[in-house]
Amino acid sequence: MKADLVIIGGGPAGLAAAIEAYENGVESILVLERDRELGGILQQCIHNGFGLHRFKEELTGPEYAERFIENMKEKNIEYKLDTMVLDVTEEKLVTAVNTADGLIQIAAKAVVLAMGCLERTRGAINIPGTRASGVFTAGTAQRYVNMEGYMVGKDVVIVGSGDIGLVMARRMKLEGANVHAVVELMPYSGGLARNIVQCLNDYDIPLLLSHTVTEVRGKERVEEIVIQKVDEAMNLIPGTEQTIQCDTLLLSVGLIPENELSKKANIVLNPLTNGPDVNESMETSVPGIFACGNVVHVHDLVDWVTEESCRAGRSAARYVKETLKSGTGSLNTVPSSGVRYVVPQYIEPENIDTNKLTLMFRTDSVYENARIVLMNNGEKIKTVKKRHMAPAEMESIVLKEKDLAKMSRGEVTVKIEVEEAVRS
Amino acid sequence: MYDVVIIGGGITGTTIARSCATKNLKTVLLEKSNDVANGTTKANSAIVHAGFDCIPGTNKARTNVKGNRMYPSLCRELDVPFQQNGSLVLAFTEEDRLHLEHLFAQGEQNGVPSLQILEQKELRRMEPNVTKNAVAALYAPSAGIVGSYELAIACMENAMDNGVELRLNHQVTAVEAKKGGYKLVAGNEVIEAKTVVNCAGLYADEIDRLLHGESRYDILPFAGEYNLFDQSTGNFTAATVFQPPSEKGKGVVALPTVEGNYLVGPTSEGPKAKDDLRTTRKGLQELREKGMRAIPDFPFQKVITSFTGLRAKTSGGDFIIEDSERHPGFISAAAIDSPGLTAAPAIAEEILEKLIAYFPNTGDNLSFNPYRRPVKRFIEAPPLNKQEMLAEDERFGRIICRCEAITEGDIVDMIHRHAGAETLDGVKRRIRAGAGRCQGGFCSPRVMEILARELGREITEIVKDGPDSYVLIGSTKAEQTDFSPEPVTADEKGG
Repeated sequence: MKADLVIIGGGPAGLAAAIEAYENGVESILVLERDRELGGILQQCIHNGFGLHRFKEELTGPEYAERFIENMKEKNIEYKLDTMVLDVTEEKLVTAVNTADGLIQIAAKAVVLAMGCLERTRGAINIPGTRASGVFTAGTAQRYVNMEGYMVGKDVVIVGSGDIGLVMARRMKLEGANVHAVVELMPYSGGLARNIVQCLNDYDIPLLLSHTVTEVRGKERVEEIVIQKVDEAMNLIPGTEQTIQCDTLLLSVGLIPENELSKKANIVLNPLTNGPDVNESMETSVPGIFACGNVVHVHDLVDWVTEESCRAGRSAARYVKETLKSGTGSLNTVPSSGVRYVVPQYIEPENIDTNKLTLMFRTDSVYENARIVLMNNGEKIKTVKKRHMAPAEMESIVLKEKDLAKMSRGEVTVKIEVEEAVRS
Repeated sequence: MYDVVIIGGGITGTTIARSCATKNLKTVLLEKSNDVANGTTKANSAIVHAGFDCIPGTNKARTNVKGNRMYPSLCRELDVPFQQNGSLVLAFTEEDRLHLEHLFAQGEQNGVPSLQILEQKELRRMEPNVTKNAVAALYAPSAGIVGSYELAIACMENAMDNGVELRLNHQVTAVEAKKGGYKLVAGNEVIEAKTVVNCAGLYADEIDRLLHGESRYDILPFAGEYNLFDQSTGNFTAATVFQPPSEKGKGVVALPTVEGNYLVGPTSEGPKAKDDLRTTRKGLQELREKGMRAIPDFPFQKVITSFTGLRAKTSGGDFIIEDSERHPGFISAAAIDSPGLTAAPAIAEEILEKLIAYFPNTGDNLSFNPYRRPVKRFIEAPPLNKQEMLAEDERFGRIICRCEAITEGDIVDMIHRHAGAETLDGVKRRIRAGAGRCQGGFCSPRVMEILARELGREITEIVKDGPDSYVLIGSTKAEQTDFSPEPVTADEKGG
C-alpha cells in the first residue's frame, strides 16, 4: 500500500494533524488507530472543560473529539480502527496489523506520530506492600467506569494529584463510592487549579499535600493503606503514619510519552520530555517524520494538543509538497533556571509561516509574580510577567516575527526570574 | 481410586506429574489455589544453578547437578524459554578468593562441569558492567536462567496432554491411611489413592501432620524481595552475578531474565508467616544498596515492579525426599528451597522411582508425548507464518497488550490449553500480556473481557490472581438504570 501521509494514532493529536494536512492539500492520508473507535483517551473523559480555548465553549471529551471526527469523515479521510502499528522505519515504511486486512505495509511520503502517552504505574514508584488487586492507574479505572460501565471499588484513596486522579475522585464520588483522600507527595498539586476546586473542594474530598503511601495492605484485595507525611527533603516524618481503610487505590502519578515506535525509527528522543526532539514544524530528527501531542511532551489541556498537531499536519503537508526545509535549523532552545524543558528544541525561522511561534514549557516549581525571560546569545529578547506559574500547568511564550528578527544563530534560552521563589 | 495423588502444583508437583505421565499410572494433582505455579514457583530468582554451592553428598548437591543437566532438553520439549548464560561468583577481597577456591573444589566434587576462576582482567572483559572492586570470580558456564512459572505451567499442560488430571481450588484438609492406600479430603471431595506425594511447598509440614499426627519437620518461610527492571536494562550483564556468599544464603543476585528484563534480589528475612508476601521499604532499599556493590552503574530507577517470594526452608537444611517409614507410599518432596527449581526434574525422577516400587507391574505409557504444542506468539513469527496464523484465526490480527504486542489469538490459545489461564495474572504468566511497561493499564480491561467470554463467566467474576482478588465490584449507576420503556399493563392498553 501507499499513502502520502500516514498518521499513527486517531486521538486528538492524530485527528487534528489529519484534518490540517488535508486542508493544506494532501488528500492521500491514512489514520491508523489501535482502539475500537477514534478519539483516543478523550472518549473516556466524559467530564466537561474541554475546548475553552479552541472553541470558546465548554465541551466534554467525547464532544470535543466528535467535532474532529465528523470533520474528518466529511473530508473522507481514510482511517483504520483496531489497527496496531508494529513498526516504522526511517524510510517511512509502516507495518501494521488488524483482523480485516491482516498484516499490511504502507510506504508513506510522510508520517505523523501521535501515539499519546501511558500512565506511570505502582511499580515505577515502588509502593511497598502486598500485590493485592484493587490498585489501578486512574486512567484504567476511568476506562472501566466510563467506557465499560463497571465500578472498581467503593472505598477509594487516590495517590497523586494529577488531573486524571482529580477527575476520577469526583467520578467515583458521583458513582456512590467513598473517596477518602487524594495523597500528594509534593507540597503543591500536580493538577490544574480548576480541577482542585471542581473535583475535590466541591465534594469535600481532602487533598493531603506532602504525604505519601508507604504500604498497601490486604492479602488478595486491598484492605487498607498506610500514608505518612514527608518533610521538605521528601524524607518520611516518623510518627505521622495514618491508616486508611479502603478497597481501592487509584494512581495518578504521571504520564510518560509512548515512544516505542519512535525508537524503532531511530528518532532522537529528549531525556527531559521523554518524547522526540522536534523543530518548529514538529518534525523529528528523521526528515518527514513528524510528532505531536502527548507523544512529544505531556500536555495539560487538549486545546494545546490540537494547536500543536495542526502545526504538525500543516508541516507534513509542506513536506509532501517539498516546500519544507528539514533539519535542526539555525536556533536551538535551552531550558534554564526554573524551566524543566522547552518544545520545540530546534527552530528554523525560514519555516515559520504564521508570523509567530509558540514555545511551550513547564516550570520546575511554583512561582508567584515571576517573569519568563527569553535570551539569545546573552541578549534579552523578551520578558513576560506572570502572576502565577506551577509545574502542573503548561506555560508558553510567543515568538513574533519582530522577536525572531532580533535573533542570530545559536541558543534561545528560556528562564524564570523571580524576586523570590515561593514554594507553597 | 487413583494410583498417585500429588499434593501441590508448584514446580516440584508439576514435574512429578509429568514424570508420572510417562508410566501407566492414574494420577491426579491437587492444587489449593486457582492456578498452578502460584506459590514459591512464581516468585523466585528463576536461576538454573550449576551446583557448586551445595554440600557434597546432600540431596541438594545430587539433584541440583543432575537437574541442571536435564534442563536443555526439558525446556526444548516443553517450548519454555531457557538460556545457559553462565554464572559468576564475585570476590572482593583475598578472603573471598579463598572462598572461591573452596566453591571450585566443592563444585568439582559435586560434578559441576567446566568451572573456572577468572582473574580481574578476564572478568572485566567478559562483564564490563561488573564492579571494578571485584578481584576475581568463579565462572560456571553450565548455570542458566529459565521461565520458572512457564516451566511449571508447561509441565502441567504436558502431563495433562498425557492423561494426568488436575483439580484446582482443592485444598487438602484431611489425609488418612486406609487399606491399600490413602483417603484424602480436598475441596469438599473425597479422593482415594494408592500412593501420595506431598510437595505442598510452604504447607508440606501441615499436610505431613494431617497424616502423621505429629510434627516430623517444620517449614520455615524465608522472605526474599525482588526488583524487576525495564527491558532496556536486560543486557546489563549477560551472566548471573552472585556476590561473595554470606551465612544468610547466596546474597543479592543480579541477572537478566529470559523475558529480556533484569532482576535484582532476593533479600532474606524470616521466618515469616506463610502468606506474608509484602514488599517493604527496608527490603527495597537493601536491594539497591547491595545490588550497587556488584553493579554500581545500574539504572535502579528503571524498576517496573517488585515482589516477594517465600522460600520453604527447614532446620535440617537439605531437601526431604523420602518415603514415610510409618506410612509407606506417602512420599515427601518437601523443604524444597534453593536450588529447588533446578533440582525439580531430578527430584521428579527420584520420586517416580519410589512410586513405581508400589506398582511393580506398571509399564511405560507408550503413547506419552514429551512435546508440548509450541507457544507461537504472533509477534515473534516470521512474516510468512504470520500470514498463515492470520488466515487460520483473524484474532491474531488484534493486538491486546500493546507493550508486549500480544494478540487476542495468543491469549485465547493460552486460555484453552490444558491447565489454561483463568485469571488476569494467569494470562500474564503464560503469555506476558500485562507484563510490560504499562503493567496491564491498557490491556487488563480487554483481557478481562476475553477471559469472561472464553470461560463463559461474568466479567465481574474474573479475578486478578487468588479467588478473592476481585477487580470489579459491579455495574455503574448508568448501567443499572433500565432505559427500556415501562411495560404496558393490560389495563393501560384499555383491555
